[in-house]
Amino acid sequence: MMVRGRAHKFGDDLDTDVIIPARYLVTTDPKALAEHCMEGVDPEFPGKVKPGDIVVAGKNFGSGSSREHAVIALQGAGIGLVIAGSFARIFYRNAFNSGLPLLECAEAASESRAGDYLQVELESGKIFNRRLGREFQAEPIPGFMLQLIKEGGLVEHLKRYSGAKK
Amino acid sequence: MGMTITEKILAKHSGRKSVRPGEIIEAKLDFVLANDITAPLAIERFRQAGSKKVFNRDRIALVLDHFVPARDIKSAEQAKLIREFARKLKITYFFEAGCGIEHALLPEEGLVSPGELIIGADSHTCTYGALGAFATGVGSTDLAAGMITGKLWFKVPATIRVNFTGKPGKWVFGKDLILALIGKIGVDGARYMALEFSGEAIRHISIFGRFTICNMAIEAGAKNGIIPPDRITGSYLRNRNKRPALFLQSDPDAQYCQTITMDVSKMEPQVALPSLPENVRPVSQVKGIYLDQVVIGSCTNGWLEDLSIAARILAGKKVHPRVRLLVLPATRKIYLQALKAGILEKLSHSGATICPATCGPCLGGHLGVLAEGERALATTNRNFIGRMGSPKSEVYLSGTAVAAASAVLGRIGSPEEI
Repeated sequence: MMVRGRAHKFGDDLDTDVIIPARYLVTTDPKALAEHCMEGVDPEFPGKVKPGDIVVAGKNFGSGSSREHAVIALQGAGIGLVIAGSFARIFYRNAFNSGLPLLECAEAASESRAGDYLQVELESGKIFNRRLGREFQAEPIPGFMLQLIKEGGLVEHLKRYSGAKK
Repeated sequence: MGMTITEKILAKHSGRKSVRPGEIIEAKLDFVLANDITAPLAIERFRQAGSKKVFNRDRIALVLDHFVPARDIKSAEQAKLIREFARKLKITYFFEAGCGIEHALLPEEGLVSPGELIIGADSHTCTYGALGAFATGVGSTDLAAGMITGKLWFKVPATIRVNFTGKPGKWVFGKDLILALIGKIGVDGARYMALEFSGEAIRHISIFGRFTICNMAIEAGAKNGIIPPDRITGSYLRNRNKRPALFLQSDPDAQYCQTITMDVSKMEPQVALPSLPENVRPVSQVKGIYLDQVVIGSCTNGWLEDLSIAARILAGKKVHPRVRLLVLPATRKIYLQALKAGILEKLSHSGATICPATCGPCLGGHLGVLAEGERALATTNRNFIGRMGSPKSEVYLSGTAVAAASAVLGRIGSPEEI
């Protein structure tokens, strides 16, 4: 699976209150949530993202609240992948459960700039930055997380469980 | 080789003799929880998965506490959706708006027992570790999986042992200990790990202060916070827990990835500065910062103990004319106890606004949201950018004693100054 897009850069410890403030959590509609994505740090963000673009951030991305709306807001805005130095654990589970892939690569995250064109192969974790002409190696995604992404998230898995119960 | 209490609980729930950090296990859930923000999405996923029934209707709590009493039409609709789902599926523990905040309510109602494995679609689910349970926050899709199957996969966390030594001073409580720890290890210092709290100081901290400590384990990135149960735990649980308790302890030869020792005997009350809970200073270093609002409440510090500390400091005094003081008892029972004890009367006389037993302004959506340029001191757990309202407002965090004293002073200050 390949992801290609422009980088949108953020710093360390970006929390889910910043990704989507709680006051907007009265809907689960991706488009409605996307309108306020990153509002507190970059109000222009939703308008700048093209489908398939990539968020690049520092350590501990997605910390704080368990709100899965943070993943939906990023997906609603068009984000196809997040590359960060590290991820907070609830956000990590939520992203894969909803089919948003994540890659851990501190080097690619710190060397890439906003607007860089990135080409990423999810299975191998290879990240190519066109401006730098350089390839970075991310931590490989655990096999069963990759499987979740390929199946379209945890709900697809649950459908089989519900079916089996009948 | 021995196991930590966290490893013992995970092993027991996955039908194994032992587990090691890093192992992936599928574990049985004793209880699952969602609130009015996270349940609507969990219910949507539940339906998308084609499910018609839950794994056990006595093992699920749905709590309306975040945007209630309904803030607007949309939040009213979310609450209605949950109410109808709970009725249709005959969920035993549906808590209507006003019953209280989930993380105070569940222990109070006896819905948490030591040795259990609990998930909640709310990051502060880790609060229940104070009773010696393994409890962790998850998202709505994981919660839906839990509601359907009664099981979930986990990666066994490594454990950091935090040894709080010494006896805390007069104005030092659970909040100060956990803030000091987060200040030391940072907001990702325990990322993916278990935080196990022990030491002499813990024996001097009430069960409520212990809830506060475990509540904020997530603010260091931890998967769970846990305090091995002792006599204080036992006396809180007496005539309370609805399911059997299993009092587990870590083995003497259990493996810890790190041991942190902090002497609390000379510790001052602590304050976290904007916009991360790790920006912690002793109160003496931040005295004099002017405030517009003080909030006493939340799943962190809305216990009866907190209200009585606040009343002790505020009795016969007036809230500074420039400051709005909001007080939110964490549950209706706490509200009633505080009412009977005359605590609410004292607080109200001093100029506090007593709010319903909800999350209130903690997450910036309801009841006391901040305008641009405003500054609050709150006993809540997060001070992220825009957490309590405008992205250009500021939130400082402290324990209840500092918050109450600061409400009188009109600026951040110590209870010693009152």
